[in-house]
Amino acid sequence: MPPSYLLTSVTFLPLAGTTALFMLRADDHEWIRRIALAISLFEFALSLQLLRGFALTSANYQFVEFRNWIPSPPIHYHLGIDGISLFLVLLTTFLTPIAILVSWKSIEQRVRAFFISLLVLETGTIGVFVSLDLFQFFLFWEVMLIPMYFLIGIWGHERRIYAAIKFILYTMLGSILMLVAMIWLYELSGSFDLPQIQSLLVSGQVALSFQTELLLFAAFFLAFAIKVPLFPLHTWLPDAHTEAPTAGSVILAGVLLKMGTYGMLRFCLPLFPEAAHRFAPYVAVLAIIGIIYGALVAMVQTDLKRLVAYSSVSHLGFVVLGLFAFDPTAVQGALYQMLNHGISTGALFVLVGMLYDRRHTHLIREFGGLASPMPMIASLFLFVSLASAGLPMLNGFVGEFLILAGTFARNVSWASSAAVGIILSAVYLLWAYQRVFFGDLIYEKNRTLADADRRECVVLLAMAVLILWMGIGSVSFTRRTEASARNVFVLMQRPQAYNARAILRSIEPLRSGGVR
Amino acid sequence: MFPPRQDVLRLMPEIILSLSGILLMLIEPFLSGARRTLIVTLAALGSGLALVSTIYPATLPGTAFSGLLRIDGFSVFVHVVVEAVAFLVIIGSADYLDREKIQHGEYYALVLFATVGMCVMAGAAELMTAFVGLETSSISTYILAGYRRDVPRSNESAMKYFLLGSFATAFFLYGIALLYGATGTTQLARMTFPTTPGRERLLDLGLGLMLVGLAFKIAAAPFQLWTPDVYEGAPTPVTALMASGPKAAAFALLLRILATVGAAGTFWFWALWVSAALTMFVGNLAAIAQSNVKRMLAYSSISHAGYILVALAAAAASDQVELGVAAVLYYLAVYALMKLGAFIFVSQLGGESERHMEIDDFRGLAVRQPVAAACFALFLLSLLGLPVTSGFLGKFYIFNAALASRLIWLAVLLAINTVIAAFYYLRVIVVMYMRQPNQTWPPAPMPWAVTFVLSIAAAGTFYLGLFPGRVMALATQAALSLPGR
Repeated sequence: MPPSYLLTSVTFLPLAGTTALFMLRADDHEWIRRIALAISLFEFALSLQLLRGFALTSANYQFVEFRNWIPSPPIHYHLGIDGISLFLVLLTTFLTPIAILVSWKSIEQRVRAFFISLLVLETGTIGVFVSLDLFQFFLFWEVMLIPMYFLIGIWGHERRIYAAIKFILYTMLGSILMLVAMIWLYELSGSFDLPQIQSLLVSGQVALSFQTELLLFAAFFLAFAIKVPLFPLHTWLPDAHTEAPTAGSVILAGVLLKMGTYGMLRFCLPLFPEAAHRFAPYVAVLAIIGIIYGALVAMVQTDLKRLVAYSSVSHLGFVVLGLFAFDPTAVQGALYQMLNHGISTGALFVLVGMLYDRRHTHLIREFGGLASPMPMIASLFLFVSLASAGLPMLNGFVGEFLILAGTFARNVSWASSAAVGIILSAVYLLWAYQRVFFGDLIYEKNRTLADADRRECVVLLAMAVLILWMGIGSVSFTRRTEASARNVFVLMQRPQAYNARAILRSIEPLRSGGVR
Repeated sequence: MFPPRQDVLRLMPEIILSLSGILLMLIEPFLSGARRTLIVTLAALGSGLALVSTIYPATLPGTAFSGLLRIDGFSVFVHVVVEAVAFLVIIGSADYLDREKIQHGEYYALVLFATVGMCVMAGAAELMTAFVGLETSSISTYILAGYRRDVPRSNESAMKYFLLGSFATAFFLYGIALLYGATGTTQLARMTFPTTPGRERLLDLGLGLMLVGLAFKIAAAPFQLWTPDVYEGAPTPVTALMASGPKAAAFALLLRILATVGAAGTFWFWALWVSAALTMFVGNLAAIAQSNVKRMLAYSSISHAGYILVALAAAAASDQVELGVAAVLYYLAVYALMKLGAFIFVSQLGGESERHMEIDDFRGLAVRQPVAAACFALFLLSLLGLPVTSGFLGKFYIFNAALASRLIWLAVLLAINTVIAAFYYLRVIVVMYMRQPNQTWPPAPMPWAVTFVLSIAAAGTFYLGLFPGRVMALATQAALSLPGR
């Protein structure tokens, strides 16, 4: 097969597109928006090509590109996707045009820089999902912080600078320790190449001592847990979400948080299985605390955007629980839930942003009775809320069901405590919905608010259709992720660990026999 | 008796630098009117020629002048770094000196002489030669620090640097004396562990004193106290020179002693470890509290000395010195470029008599001067060590060396410090990008010379951040060219 540059193109097209924006005059806002949208739509179309060539049953990396980059230490330009990363890439390319469309009117200052940041962010995020070299992964992982930092810090709301710095410092603290762990792993295995390290570990040519594995796992896990964010590392998230502009929140919730769970699935589980098993009970407890705590805190929020932000903590808790249940079904569910959360929480942020564009507030008490001036937004808000709360036939249900089914097989009490979170999510979402859209129109100025215009309709309907499709046509997604989800557990096997256990088992009767 | 031809060729860069310095001082009195362009051109030409002539020592490795100098890949690498620094500083200073009305030929001559000193330090294989190099570079920089004669702070800077600097050089010299006493030679390669009982104490003491002297030059804690005041008071282009050039030369000397004298590695290891940890924390924590850009960058250069010391400790700890040495060399090149870029930028933005040196003076710079702001942001992100910039790869190699020598805790401390440092670098970016401009003065124009220097520094920062292969290969060769213990 001739080498394909599809992944390289998908990764770097947005970055290359920014040169077109640089050529435009800085005050030509209309054309800057159009070109940015065109680039992102073309990028989406290009990324759909990945679906066409994707082999369903293979758990191997596909569309692989491999090139030498830095000779010493050996670092390669290594791209490839499998069922785990395929849809995350598509999610990114889907959400970026949405983010551009929702910022069409709300961003009026330094328009060019804004869209450039969004496109650079897209390249960074896709790069994280397609990198198969640890060094390269880290590079994208860190680089993507800068555009996000600018998005929050320049175009955010009142406390934007505080939120931006908190966001970047939290993330860096985790990731720099991950870098140390990556280099240490290189010292032990002699490679930065993920598939190569993986095969060395699976075949037993490189064996990590249990203590080493624990430390490495901890360093990787900390970085990812901060990103997810897992309770109690979540405190940056409400601030970042609340202060970010709508587009920033959409991308942050939709894609960036997934980088954490993606990292756990790609690195923590397959590279350090023993440590993962040892830590799993603690992680699961933290995830369950996150599910319930996030939901409870969301319930008492007076700020609609903060409410959605805390709902993310709760939803991502489900994903982490699904990953650490060590069950193929639960992992599939976690993957599915990652996509769900990206789309439904993204849609919720879009809707909250539309309300903000009209009233310049996020406070729930400023609204009320909005269903009559804006029926369209109201009905779509309900639709998305129900999807997020896990109504059957919509996407959230599939993911939560798979996670709970898989977790149940492993630990009944985990599954049952997590299930409480689903009930709570219905409570906070519907209660907030009731306060915002039903009841009397308390404020006279709310009476004249405009309903969704054409641009907003397009955005919302696109997301709604996807939500529905993912709810009823889930097979078209899961059949692509299944092989890779199962493969994770193949990669988690270690020969020497089994040997050690087998030896222990075989000498056990001898030892007890000797005593007898 | 005239020295052999290849010895002269090996010394070509130093000869060219000294001659052009002397030439500048000689012709300056005879020039009048449009002399500024000529002087700058001559000085730039001198340093540029020296840079080119480094090809002679590069192709003629070996010892020169009966073993006083050792020209190898290592010394060539450091030569290129300090000569490039001199070249860029000379070009970057011209507009600053015009603005401050201190445009004189001897400024450039002093920069060239300082560079000669640094070059000698890089190539010295014998301690007295090293001392002469150290003194040449130090005395020139003492004068340069006080070059704004009418400004009290500049005088204070020079005075402080001179007093403390002489003190440190005295330590270094006393160390040499003790080493001579212990081993009977000042040639590094001949220094073997003394067999006479009692002498090994002398050796340790001598090595310790030399470490103190050099630690002062690289601004390593606890000998860093002079740095912020001196850096702040000195003319900013001189600060750019001090922060990148002499530091590189002093590190080179440390490395050479470390790699050549067997006892140094074991004896220095813990001192280097502790000093590295201390330096990083002292520099970064103090930098957070600064409101003056120059002071902040001064503290940041202390912390960077700490990062390099981590690699030095790694070199001292392991049997394969080359990983650590190569990491130090790579970082020195990277660090010189980004720090020089940052200081030259600040020297231009500071305006007349360095009035606008508070971080708050940079408010809204991204709106007023987007390209310049982007450039400075790049240097800051590189100093912070974010990927795609050279600072990240430099740090990456240091991590690599530290972990290869199993200095895991030092690596973790370095990681923690990176996050602390992020806070103050990002604060400047916040001010430039996220605050509204409130300045009443017009935006500082970027003269072509400054633009040239900044573009080179920025291009180098990207190049070393994305394609480290070639330079790292050179650094590794340089490390392997050291005689080894």
